[in-house]
Amino acid sequence: MVIKAVILVGGPEKGTRFRPLSLDTPKPLFPVGGVPMIQHHIEACCKVPDLKEILLIGNFQPNEQLSQFVSAQSKLHKKIIRYLQEFAALGTAGCIYHFRDQILYGSPSTIILMNGDVCGDIQLEDMLNFHRGREKAMITIMGTEAVPSQSVEFGCIVENKQTHEVKHYVEKPHTYVSSLINCGIYILSPIIFDFISATINTNVDHRVGDGYADLSDLSSRRGVLGRHNSLASIGGAALVEILSLEKDVFPRLALSGGGMFVYHTVGWWSQIKTAGAAIYANRHCLKLYHKMHPERLAKNVDKDSPLIIGDAVIDPTAKIHPSAVIGPNVSILPHVVIGSGTRIRDSIILSDVHIEDNCCILNSVIGWGSTIGSWTRIEGTPNDPNPDKPFAKLEHLPLFSEKGFLNPSATILGAKVSVPAELLVLNSIVLPNKDLTHSYKNQIIL
Amino acid sequence: MKALILVGGYGTRLRPLTLSRPKPLVEFCNKPMLYHQIIALRDAGVDHIILAVSYRAEMMERELTDLASKLGIKMTYSLEEEPLGTAGPLALASSYLEGSGPFFVLNSDVICDFPFNDMIAFHKNHGREGTLVVTTVAEPSKYGVVIYDEVGCIDSFVEKPQEYVSNKINAGLYMFGPEILKRIPLKPTSIEKEIFPGMADQKQLFAMELEGYWMDIGQPRDFLTGMCLYLGSAERRKTDELASGSPFVGYVMVDPTAKIGQNCKIGPNVVIGPNVVIEDGVRIQRSTILGSTKIRAYSMLNDCIIGWNCDIGRWARMENVCVLGEDVQVKDELYINGGFVLPHKEIKASVTEPQIIM
Repeated sequence: MVIKAVILVGGPEKGTRFRPLSLDTPKPLFPVGGVPMIQHHIEACCKVPDLKEILLIGNFQPNEQLSQFVSAQSKLHKKIIRYLQEFAALGTAGCIYHFRDQILYGSPSTIILMNGDVCGDIQLEDMLNFHRGREKAMITIMGTEAVPSQSVEFGCIVENKQTHEVKHYVEKPHTYVSSLINCGIYILSPIIFDFISATINTNVDHRVGDGYADLSDLSSRRGVLGRHNSLASIGGAALVEILSLEKDVFPRLALSGGGMFVYHTVGWWSQIKTAGAAIYANRHCLKLYHKMHPERLAKNVDKDSPLIIGDAVIDPTAKIHPSAVIGPNVSILPHVVIGSGTRIRDSIILSDVHIEDNCCILNSVIGWGSTIGSWTRIEGTPNDPNPDKPFAKLEHLPLFSEKGFLNPSATILGAKVSVPAELLVLNSIVLPNKDLTHSYKNQIIL
Repeated sequence: MKALILVGGYGTRLRPLTLSRPKPLVEFCNKPMLYHQIIALRDAGVDHIILAVSYRAEMMERELTDLASKLGIKMTYSLEEEPLGTAGPLALASSYLEGSGPFFVLNSDVICDFPFNDMIAFHKNHGREGTLVVTTVAEPSKYGVVIYDEVGCIDSFVEKPQEYVSNKINAGLYMFGPEILKRIPLKPTSIEKEIFPGMADQKQLFAMELEGYWMDIGQPRDFLTGMCLYLGSAERRKTDELASGSPFVGYVMVDPTAKIGQNCKIGPNVVIGPNVVIEDGVRIQRSTILGSTKIRAYSMLNDCIIGWNCDIGRWARMENVCVLGEDVQVKDELYINGGFVLPHKEIKASVTEPQIIM
């Protein structure tokens, strides 16, 4: 039995809400729990015994960071891991269809498919068993409960409660449909590609039949192909391969009444859309380490090492003064230097950051190579979901309130930002390479 | 020689500090506010001070009488049954002021290098009923300005001038001959509005220009500005009241009983009161820390008046004119922006915009 995994990593025009952090590093490589976001996906896949290969699909230009990550992971896990670059963003169904020959090479019996920007307590084996136990399953979606008011922000699933067959699927509906939502993690049987192919043909027939009118919908959504070009390429490859699983395939598959199932998870799960979400995901990721990777968590050693409160990961190359106090929910990446009496809580300190003495860093992400002077305070506002509300998910608040004010959020410093001594940066977003000269509150600093 | 100090009421403008201690006893630069005036008056030869008060506070009277007797001064309390304004208290205390030559009158909230000896000479020199000290301000339109000739004879007063006429304002320090008492009825009367204009018309009032700094410290923001001026004044720099060397920067006054930890940076313009404990890695600028307060490690204070017996948590940051009443606790890691906190409060959440915490 051969199992393959596909991780959809997106491209540079995706993940804009993750700016300014995605200006300097591809979002899938942004560290959560001290390791790149998609390393958690790779680790979850590598625990599956028959896994043969992991394909990362996206449209980032191949760069050193990405190729180093792929080769390092490949060596570490002794698995084949490859990056396949789309020529343009083809949509979640379009891209796997485009690379179907690569995916189906070696005749896998099942394919794990994951969105790169989700994070959670992902137990694939149990989900695989669920899928294998349903003979006619073409696809199994991982589903989780959401509070009704939030569910409309996600893909909503209506199931047959006995068989778990999906009866109805709608992506981000305007009105409440179901509180069971799509986690962006799937098990596919190869036959799904026949269904995608049929969907493409139907769409083409549909469009040809309808003439110009319907084309605009697709081309405007894509924004790549002009109307004139689209017409010219009907029947060709460029147009028809742009297809979304969530918008085009799942609703049709649910209607056709065959082969789509939902597997319920009760474990923690979240999307990582914004930089603030990375801090929230970091907290839960560190919590999961107690079970999965206790060796990654920083420990209180002796008087000569800093006090660790709660969960933290600290790269061994980081130099931290013994009087600093770190945690809970802190990730400190390689070559960070932290001075005496500095306090860090609920924050991600990216590599090569220098923080001087007596600083206080709360609910913030400090970008690569930034410097923070003594007694400076960098503080953001958490917007974690209400812990007393079961199934509540992180709200991805818009940047600005209806009145036009910046909503209080995590403070994010882009790469190589310098903040001199004794300043305050509160609820602000600072773009890369900025030298601040005074304090800021509730601002975006270009 | 005698002096009347207009102490007045509850000092509401300096709350929350005055909820715990009468205003004259609130320490300004490690001495109760009124001591600065009492000592300067004694040095000028005053031997009897009349405090015009509109409420009686046992604590205040005991402490001030003790100080006065140490200084060899007689202290009398003249209690107003109803508020009598700025002139009425002179009429009320007239029995003490009559008959013994010129006397001083001063507003209790004024801080400067008191020029009492110069005032005596100036007053004797012009020989008229009153001497009024004037000080120079940058923005006179907020005040009443004083118009006088080259010898100081006051011509008129202009309230809140829209157009620039002068930058000299009434500093709240006066010397009067006993004849002034005939001008003042025993009822609520404003000396500035009802008495001085008549005296000016009769060429009985002379202005003496104050050298150096001056501040009315009756409000927290001005209290801090006054502190900076006081610490930086030339007189002060000649004394050994100011601390020097690491960890001090600029003008800092520290009570000898205060304890300061390692790796701190204190100053410029800081006053630290008795029995204050400052732990390691603390940064303080432009602030007054009153007695027995504890500032825990790594915190940062800028533009604050911290009341007595307070406890400021680690990594706290307080700025933009914060005033803590007595016995306020601020928990670790909080940010307080312009908070006025009433006594005996425990602050557990950050205060990001200026507000009063009841």
